Amino acid sequence: MPVPQDPGPPENLVFLKRSDGAKLSADEPKFLATQEKPLASGEDLPELVIEAGKSEAHYWRDLWRYRELLGFLAWRDTKVRYKQAALGVGWAVIQPAIQTALLTFVFGKLAKMPSGGVPYPLLVLTGLLPWQLVSSAVTGASNSLVSNTHLISKVYFPRLLVPLSALAVALVDLGILLLISEPVALAYGVWPNWRLVFLPLFIVGGLLMALGAGLWMTALTVKYRDFRFIVPFILQTGLFVTPVGYRTDFLPNWRFALSLNPVSAVVDGFRWSLLGGATELYLPGLVAAVFVTAALCLSGTWYFRRTERRFADII
Amino acid sequence: MAAFAIQASGLSKRYEIGRARSNDTLRDALAHGVRGVWSRFNRSRRESGAASTEFWALRDVSFEVSPGEVAGIIGRNGAGKSTLLKILSRITEPTHGRVAIRGRVASLLEVGTGFHPELSGRENILLNGAILGMTRNEIRAKFDEIVAFAEIGAFLDTPVKRYSSGMYVRLAFSVAAHLEPEIFIVDEVLAVGDAAFQRKCLGKMNDVAQRHGRTVILVTHNMDSIVRLCQTALVLGGGRVQFKGRAEDAVGHYMKAEADPSATIDYSARPRPDWARRRHEVVRISHLNPGETPWRIPFAGSLEIQIETQSRSPIADGRIFLAIFSATGAEVGAVQSLLLPRPGGGGGDRYRCRLEDIRLNPGVYAFTVGVRADMGMEDHLEEAFHLEILSTEETRAAQIDAFSGYYAPRNSFSRE
Repeated sequence: MPVPQDPGPPENLVFLKRSDGAKLSADEPKFLATQEKPLASGEDLPELVIEAGKSEAHYWRDLWRYRELLGFLAWRDTKVRYKQAALGVGWAVIQPAIQTALLTFVFGKLAKMPSGGVPYPLLVLTGLLPWQLVSSAVTGASNSLVSNTHLISKVYFPRLLVPLSALAVALVDLGILLLISEPVALAYGVWPNWRLVFLPLFIVGGLLMALGAGLWMTALTVKYRDFRFIVPFILQTGLFVTPVGYRTDFLPNWRFALSLNPVSAVVDGFRWSLLGGATELYLPGLVAAVFVTAALCLSGTWYFRRTERRFADII
Repeated sequence: MAAFAIQASGLSKRYEIGRARSNDTLRDALAHGVRGVWSRFNRSRRESGAASTEFWALRDVSFEVSPGEVAGIIGRNGAGKSTLLKILSRITEPTHGRVAIRGRVASLLEVGTGFHPELSGRENILLNGAILGMTRNEIRAKFDEIVAFAEIGAFLDTPVKRYSSGMYVRLAFSVAAHLEPEIFIVDEVLAVGDAAFQRKCLGKMNDVAQRHGRTVILVTHNMDSIVRLCQTALVLGGGRVQFKGRAEDAVGHYMKAEADPSATIDYSARPRPDWARRRHEVVRISHLNPGETPWRIPFAGSLEIQIETQSRSPIADGRIFLAIFSATGAEVGAVQSLLLPRPGGGGGDRYRCRLEDIRLNPGVYAFTVGVRADMGMEDHLEEAFHLEILSTEETRAAQIDAFSGYYAPRNSFSRE
């Protein structure tokens, strides 16, 4: 806020009484008199102690206390994204549509990768859904702290809320894509079955993965400003080492190596749930993904928490 | 244990300017790391320690605020006020020291924190309320009150990017004004908005502090607000506490500390506002008839100063002016020279200025000195010097002091 010069002579203030009396002049509007709230006596108020390096104790409690703010931040991010509705939703659809066409052409037509009977565009689409989820969640989370600089330097709240709220946008995007891709699947004659019930599990897995990676990246972006150029590069590479445009079960030699990338398991899971049994789950990949995700989340939280107390100073 | 709302002891905050700068990018950090390894191999000195510059924004600050007290924080820019507020509102951690806070804190370091231009007034009230720490139910309960206070009525569903700056500020402040924390930390927000709304905000703050017994910490440059709203105040300078005590005494102390003890003050290095054209500027001012201490005269005494100027290029209709401000920031009076005899054209000049029979009430006054030309300002030195008016027999007998205004005309009373 720009601070104008001295607001001027004290004639503005003459109606105020100092500590000697709480009376405001009679012409003051009525609504100044907000309802009286009994003031708790000094002893039963919660005492907060601020000390160097002592924020740990109340951090997780605060995170819970501020859960409503998480909702509001997520709501703001999605609202702003879809504010100009035509463009917002349109963008969430056009991008994957073009990518589906492109990947179908490259992997299906040029490279002639096997699809195991699944219509190739559908194979790509069911791979793109989780990939979009993870990559947009990672991108959102990585940029979250820097794009909320104005909040971080002016207000206290557990900073973890910022990358967490970025996940919401990715989730809403996924919802829209799911709604649109289901008719496509039906058009190819693929009906969902009981496996669909497990889809939320894979969605949560994908989000956790993205959160772990995003925590690292957003904290590193605050510390090293040029790190944000690295994030798109990592994601670009990821699009190809993740089986978005192809199936891993026809590449036995590579399957385990590829599944060290935890997003592979999410892609497998999505296809397994959505394609009604045309693909099988790959257990070693799933187990590896659970471990990698856990490691990412734990280490990401650790690094985020370690650097968090200095965010306001260096951002 | 004595009751307190805020108790700070030995607060210090260090910033490392040098190192933070040099490691700002990953590339530099990597390069630095490689250099570090390299120099270890070479058994030469590592440079990391020498490269960083420490800066102590706060040094061993201790104070206590009792529940229901309105405490001001005064200090020039860079005195550590903002850092202190950031620590109290938990935005940043202290390097050393400890603060204990009893009660829910709401801090308002800026009006409209988190406002999003694309969102409507209604949506921003919800968002901003949540950011400032209100719960959803609290916001709902206060919603109508907030809208009424902000006087935005018909624009409630308009994106705030289309608001006038006045509306924006009104909305932002009224959300904050309806917070109900036990402790309210406020930075400079009183200086925004138009005079009428400011008055309303001050009224609201006064109300919060007194009717509800809330504790308020207020930072402002407006000494008047400090004197009128606060019971106690803390004067910060160079990151240290220079004074703590009654608000009036703190303001007096601050103004006095600002006074320059040397009879000649050099302004060549003093920053000027952007709008000063500086073709003709004041370089030095000297107090010519100092008594025991320069810049200190008795009530009804006279002040003689020498003003040295330097001109770079000719100006038309140049005049030197002096404006006198009270400790509370009110303009008490102003004088200006006749047209400067030489329109300027390079070189320096000296002028002598004499103010006589200065019947300003005892206290400290700040003088703004500048050069005005036909079209705008050539130079403007805010608080160029401070003048202390000392009390005399006359003022003591007539009980003329800082609490009876600024000026005491020569007077006589007789019975007829």
